[in-house]
Amino acid sequence: MIPAAFDYLAPTSVEDALAALAEHGDDAKIIAGGQSLLPVLRMRLNAPEVLIDLGKIDSLRGIRDDGDAIVIGAMTPHSVVGSDPLVAEHAALISKAVEHLADAQIRHRGTFGGALAHADPAGDLGGPAVALGAQFVIQGAGGTRTVGADDFFVDLFETAIGDDEILTEVRIPKHTGWGARHEKFVRIVHQWPIVAVAATVRVDGGTIAEARIGMANMGSTPVRARAVEEALAGQPATEDAVRAAAERADEGTNPPSDLNGDADYRRHLSRVLTRRAVLAAAGA
Amino acid sequence: MTRITLTVDGAQVSDDVEPRMLLVQYLREKLGKTGTVIGCDTSNCGACTVHLNGTSVKSCNVLAVQADGAEVTTIEGLAEDGRLHPVQEAFRECHGLQCGFCTPGMIMQSVDLLKENPNPSEEEIRLGLEGNLCRCTGYHNIVRAVQHAAGQAVTS
Repeated sequence: MIPAAFDYLAPTSVEDALAALAEHGDDAKIIAGGQSLLPVLRMRLNAPEVLIDLGKIDSLRGIRDDGDAIVIGAMTPHSVVGSDPLVAEHAALISKAVEHLADAQIRHRGTFGGALAHADPAGDLGGPAVALGAQFVIQGAGGTRTVGADDFFVDLFETAIGDDEILTEVRIPKHTGWGARHEKFVRIVHQWPIVAVAATVRVDGGTIAEARIGMANMGSTPVRARAVEEALAGQPATEDAVRAAAERADEGTNPPSDLNGDADYRRHLSRVLTRRAVLAAAGA
Repeated sequence: MTRITLTVDGAQVSDDVEPRMLLVQYLREKLGKTGTVIGCDTSNCGACTVHLNGTSVKSCNVLAVQADGAEVTTIEGLAEDGRLHPVQEAFRECHGLQCGFCTPGMIMQSVDLLKENPNPSEEEIRLGLEGNLCRCTGYHNIVRAVQHAAGQAVTS
């Protein structure tokens, strides 16, 4: 399968990429690592007239420590994020989720920002992003703005990034010392989850001080399990306490029904996976 | 058409290509390197795996224009001076193939896996090859071949 014909631009700066976006408007599509977009183009589910490749913009790659946050450049490949010691130390939930993301070849090529901007509700990074309160740095002709994770994911494959804007980096507030676990329930190991739960927990003397939980494929965007987070605060890190709190995982969600499972099955999965993820993250 | 210049299996090549041309098409149709095969055409099976700047990628999921300036190694570039690469040798020794269609991708991914983790456990080998599908062997002899190439006792 071969994509429909398109023109190809490979700007070397964000400014040039923004200028190309402004010139071509709706006819253009940004390509990052292309691991989600190229299959879509090959199947001709989309046929942009112009492809703007961010692959030659070096400033979009890299990971740095910025005080209270770890900053991940949008074009940093998953394999780099997954093996980065800063990420492992301060945002372990990201490292754990990247381990489960697709397969080695896709992780070499796919990018952190590309996957988040794609906003597949079954994507592996959305759950950790909402759980950790990621901040999305978006650049346009008028400058740069920052959008929080709760506002970034708008709907199915839709984010707060405007048609004339580019996601440049993602700031992950440090969660140093928090336990983390990503539970992904799949039919085929390297594919999308039926449901995934990303949990990170701060335990203080056997008590769960704080818990943050993000879920994939429980709605049209990644969602927080806020009822569980509230129920866990101050509870002992025990199986009974976590089991009781996890029963509320599907509160406020609107999971889809498809060939892999109906909505009720996903609700069940969210409760089971939340219990497993929180227990493991709490070291219980 | 877009002009691209890259190194493939040690030789510099330069061509005008349509931007929509996939890297795997370029390798097979322009360069005649048919050792790299197209399996599923959906980026699932890994049969088309090559190395792009030293790491494994699925060449059906990369545009040829994205490989401009890059170094590509295919299954045809692994052997040196007529001697099989140790991973190729191990696949032959352990009978890590039956029909052979997945083999170019399996070997390229196994080379990448051993570069990142020279002494993998059996589980790490199976996980490292999760993006490569084989419909003949049940994977056992492939895992054995990787263990053999790593200089380990074969366990599976």
